[in-house]
Amino acid sequence: MDRRTIENQTDMSATGYYTYFVTFILLVAGLFIVVARGNLIKKLVGLGIFQTSVYLLYIGPAKLIGGTAPILATEWQVYSNPLPHVLILTAIVVGVATLALGLALVVRIREAYDSIEEEDILAADLHADQLAHAQVTATHPQQSNRGSA
Amino acid sequence: MMHHLPVLQVVVPLIAAPLALLLRQRRLVYALMLLVSGACLGISLALWSAVQDGSVISYAIGSWPPPWGIEYRIDALNAFVMVLVSATALLTVIFSLHSIEIELPGHMHYLFYTMFALCLSGLLGIAATGDAFNIFVFLEVSSLSTYVLIAMGQQRKALFAAYRYLIMGTIGATLIVIGIGMLYLLTGTLNLHDMATRLDTTQNTRPALMALAFISVGVFLKLALFPLHQWLPNAYAYAPSTVSVFLAATATKVAIYVLLRFYFTLFGQDSFTELPLRPLIILLALSGMFIASIIAIYQQDLKRLFAFSSVAQVGYILLGIGIGNASGLLSAVLHLFNHGIAKGAVFLLLGIVAYAMGSTQLSHLKGLGKTMPWASAGIVIAGLSLIGVPGTNGFISKWYLLLAAMEDGQWWLAFLIVSSSLLAIAYVWRFIEIAYLQAPDTGTHLIRRLPLTLVLPAAVMVLATLYFGIDTRFTVGAATTAVGVMLGAP
Repeated sequence: MDRRTIENQTDMSATGYYTYFVTFILLVAGLFIVVARGNLIKKLVGLGIFQTSVYLLYIGPAKLIGGTAPILATEWQVYSNPLPHVLILTAIVVGVATLALGLALVVRIREAYDSIEEEDILAADLHADQLAHAQVTATHPQQSNRGSA
Repeated sequence: MMHHLPVLQVVVPLIAAPLALLLRQRRLVYALMLLVSGACLGISLALWSAVQDGSVISYAIGSWPPPWGIEYRIDALNAFVMVLVSATALLTVIFSLHSIEIELPGHMHYLFYTMFALCLSGLLGIAATGDAFNIFVFLEVSSLSTYVLIAMGQQRKALFAAYRYLIMGTIGATLIVIGIGMLYLLTGTLNLHDMATRLDTTQNTRPALMALAFISVGVFLKLALFPLHQWLPNAYAYAPSTVSVFLAATATKVAIYVLLRFYFTLFGQDSFTELPLRPLIILLALSGMFIASIIAIYQQDLKRLFAFSSVAQVGYILLGIGIGNASGLLSAVLHLFNHGIAKGAVFLLLGIVAYAMGSTQLSHLKGLGKTMPWASAGIVIAGLSLIGVPGTNGFISKWYLLLAAMEDGQWWLAFLIVSSSLLAIAYVWRFIEIAYLQAPDTGTHLIRRLPLTLVLPAAVMVLATLYFGIDTRFTVGAATTAVGVMLGAP
C-alpha cells in the first residue's frame, strides 16, 4: 500500500531473492527424496515437495505485500498480478491428480507384490524372470546358448 | 464451422471421454470412439490443407484476443503432427476392438476408451495450442491418462512400469513448468508468439538461458532422449498392445514437436546455433543411437526389442535437430512422421502376433515365417524401414539426415549414422533368424483366428511404410513447408 513496501518488493539484495532461495532448496530437497528413497510412498512425498516448490516460484514474484486483487477503485493503488495465481491453481489441480494416481498405483503394486519397497519389487521381478528363463531353457535346450542379458 | 476447427480438434475427444464413461456399453463406446477419431482425422486433414500455403490459423478461445486470451495457432508444423496423431488414433481404435478383448477384462473396456480419448485430446491439445502454460496442462492430461493406460497391462510389471513413468514424467513436466515460469517472469506473457517477439528485445539473457535449460531437460525426459529413456522400454513392453501402438507412434513424437516449438519458434535458429546446446544434443543423440541399438540386440521379448529401437530412433530425430541446418530440421520432421508410421506398424503387428500366438517372446516365435507369413513379412518390412533400406520411408528421412551432416561439413557424423544403421540390421536380423531360419516347434499353432479389425490397420500402416518410401510428395512437401514456417517465424 505505501511506498516502503513496494520498494522492499523490488529490492534485489539477498533478502529480495528470499523466495527464490526457498524455492530452490525445496526443489532440490524434493528431487533428492525421489532419487534417494526406495519406499514408493516416500518417493511420492518427495515428488509432491518438488512440485509444490514450483508454486512458490510463480506466486513469489506475483505477490505484492499490501497489494489487493486488481479491482478498479479509488482507495487501492497496489495490485497483485492475478495471472500467476490462476496458473498455480491449475498446477495444484494437476499436482493433486498426479498424487492421487500415484497413490492408487502404489495400492495396486502393494496388492500385486505385497511390498512397497523398490528393492523388493525389482528383486521379485528378477526372480520371476529367472524362473521363466529356466523354464524356457529346460523345454528348449538348444536355446540355452542364446544371450541371456 | 470451418472457423472453429482448431478448437474442435481438441474438444471433440475431450467430450468423448465423459460420454464413453456414461455409455458403458462396449459396442456403443467403440462406435463412439470410431466416430470421434475419424472426425479428428478429418479435422486435422482439413487444417493441414488450409495451412499448406505457409499461412497461420489463429483461433482465440472464448473470443478473448491473443495475447490476453489463450490462442490456438495452427501452422504447417503442428498440422503435420496432428495428422500423424489422429491417423494413428483412428487405426488404433479400429485395432483395439479384438485386441483389448483378450487383454483386458470386459468391465474395464469403457474405462480404457475414456482414458484413450483423454490421451488423444491431450496430445492434440499440445500440438494445437499457442500458449506456453496450456502446453503444460495438455501435457499432463495426456501423461496422466497414459499412466493409467500402461497400468492396464496384463502383467504386474505393468504397474511398476506405470509408476516409474509417473515419477519420471512428472519430474519432466515440472521442469518444463519451471522453464515456462522463468520465461513468463522475463517477458510478462504466456503466448508463445508474443513471447518470441518480446524475448528478442530483452537484454538480460541469463533467465532466458536458464529457462531454455529447464525446458530442454524436461522435454528430453518426455521424449526419452538417452540417458533419460529409462521409463520407456518397460512402459512400451508391458502396456496392452493397443496402448503400445498408440504411444510408440505418437507420444514421443509430440514431445519432439514441443522441443521444436520452443527452440525454433521461441528462441529462433540464430540463438539456437550459437548456444552450447548443439554439441550436447548431438552427443546424446549419437550415444542413444548406438547404446540403445546394442541393448535392443540382446532383448528376449520383441516388444522390448522394438522399444529400445524407439530410443535409438529418437536419437536420429534429435541428431537432425542438433545439426540445426534446414536439411537437418527437414530430416527431423520427416523422421518424426516416418518413424511414427514404421513403429506404429511394428507394434500393430506385434499386437497381432500376441493375439494369435499368445506371446511376443522370441523363444515362442520360432518359424513364425511359416505359421504367420503375412505378419512376419510386415514386421520385416517395417524393420527394413527402421534400418533405412531404400524403398521404405525410413530411407527418405535418413537420406536427408546424411545430406544435413554433409552440408554441415561433418563427414564423421555421416559415417556414424551409417554404422549405427548396421546395428539396426543386427536387431532386425534377430527376428528374421528366429522367424525364417528356424523350423516351428511341433505343435505350434495359431490359438485364435485373426479378425479383419486387427489385420486392416496393420496392413494400412505397413503399406504406408512402403508408399511413403516411394511417393514422397506428401511427406517431403509437408515437412518442407513446416521447416519453412519454423525458420521463417520470428
